[in-house]
Amino acid sequence: MLNRMTLQILKQVVEKPFTNLFPVPHMPDNLGEVLKAAAEGRVQINPPVEVPKHFRGKIAYDKGKCIGCRLCTRVCPANAITYIPEEKKVMVHVDRCCFCAQCTEICPVQCLWMTEEFLISSYDRKAQVVVDSGKKAEEVPQVERIPSEAQRVETSAPEAASS
Amino acid sequence: MAVGEAKTYKIPIGPVHVGLKEPITTWLEVDGERIVDIKVRPGAIHRGIEFMARERNPIQVIYLAERICGICSFAHIESFVRAVEDAASISVPKRAQYIRTIMLELERVHSHILWAGVACYTFGYDSAFNLGLLLREKVMDVLEAMSGNRVNYGVGTIGGVRRDITPEVAAALEDLIDYYRREFAAFYEVATEDPITKARMRHVGTLPPEDAVRYCAVGPTARASGLRVDLRWSSPYEAYADIEVTPIVPQDYMGEVYGDVFDRFLVRVLEVYQSLDIIEKALLGLPKGPLMAEPKLPKLLALLKAADGVGWSSIEAPRGDDAHVIKLTKGDENVTWWKVRAPTYANIVSWPIMFRGQEIADAPLIVNSIDPCISCMERALVVDKKSGSSEVLTKEELLKRSREKTRRLMGR
Repeated sequence: MLNRMTLQILKQVVEKPFTNLFPVPHMPDNLGEVLKAAAEGRVQINPPVEVPKHFRGKIAYDKGKCIGCRLCTRVCPANAITYIPEEKKVMVHVDRCCFCAQCTEICPVQCLWMTEEFLISSYDRKAQVVVDSGKKAEEVPQVERIPSEAQRVETSAPEAASS
Repeated sequence: MAVGEAKTYKIPIGPVHVGLKEPITTWLEVDGERIVDIKVRPGAIHRGIEFMARERNPIQVIYLAERICGICSFAHIESFVRAVEDAASISVPKRAQYIRTIMLELERVHSHILWAGVACYTFGYDSAFNLGLLLREKVMDVLEAMSGNRVNYGVGTIGGVRRDITPEVAAALEDLIDYYRREFAAFYEVATEDPITKARMRHVGTLPPEDAVRYCAVGPTARASGLRVDLRWSSPYEAYADIEVTPIVPQDYMGEVYGDVFDRFLVRVLEVYQSLDIIEKALLGLPKGPLMAEPKLPKLLALLKAADGVGWSSIEAPRGDDAHVIKLTKGDENVTWWKVRAPTYANIVSWPIMFRGQEIADAPLIVNSIDPCISCMERALVVDKKSGSSEVLTKEELLKRSREKTRRLMGR
């Protein structure tokens, strides 16, 4: 039965994959082991692809530049920005942030901006609060994504093994 | 079934299961394999979004509207901002109107290809399902290149758009049009030539035109029943006034109209081609100019605070008409009230007509044919009234039945 679908499948055998490469070619039996091995440099894994141009990642905040006008708290849809009256500054709860970048647009002094960081989940709630990330010129360095992932697995691996 | 004894079973499908997008209960009353009647009981996922909007200003509500639905998120934004612009009398620059049109059509391409793939999956045509997901990847890439995100693009805003079509994005869009014109033909032939697809979809879930009118079906569901309804054609908005759009109905292409699942498949597949034409025309006629009517957001907030009145908007979302009505009060920054009428609810009312006389094995396909969320069927319970026993019918079980029917038709 040679129909259009058969031709399409034959074509796909010779074509290179359309999607981005997976970290490893096949699903390993033990993911934690592979990540650990990758952290130690024993296994080569494909790095993640670059983020797109307009990507909206974890928010960054230059506390020194902020004038405390509170415009950002007025437009934040998720109420993720809270005002600290004593300091006349704000802080950003990234765990509530919906990454719309509306606050970065309304800020009159551009003290808020979106970074390219996207692996931001952690076990610590305080790590999700941005109080001050310094000046924009010396941008937040790119986190080494895979080792940090491996470390996270490492800490939780013994529990998984014992259960 | 015992001779001389009329006994029907009741099978509820839904409402709640992990991983649901749209939980809804449907009680199927079955006689053997035949569905006698169904009852639809919605209301399991009332999230109170409209209530939440009452303590937010219109700029904040844009992102709330975006999260009503994951697939037609731009359609909801578009309808919402048009309602606000209507209430506050803001006119949108021409370039922004064209960019909005392009976004809406990209979203339609994305939604229809995904739907067509999933429809193939429900009756066991897995190679077509995987092909559908492969084809969808291209439009996702373009949306990502333009907005930065694959879903919840955040492109629309009151009085314009937040992202421009740069020369790189325009090149990506042209590439997308070429790609789909070249590669989508395989899918089109699945719809029109494959005998098994035809056997599984023809005369299944039929909705006659008069019933489609009576039960107010909208969007592709109504068009598949042969009704010429399309808001892009009957009441053009944004750039559709400049671009001619005609509703796609099966009788123009196949000569006759059945109003069944096959016709719904056909209408959606043909609409992908129509969307490509619209994107091409909009890209060609893309005017120059500003992106927003009021780029200074504090000024826009003040303008919205001074606005007073009711604004409404109705647009053609990928699944049908999406209407938003909003009330703004002078001196109050927040939205006074807001009402959303999404297309799926209008289409679900026609389910009983589609289900009557069909087999249980066709239930996944019929439920899917109006493009709601298929995962509502994760769990179903069979209650035998006489013995009082019950067993749980899972989505896998329903899928298995659906696939067994395909095998039966293939003669294996």
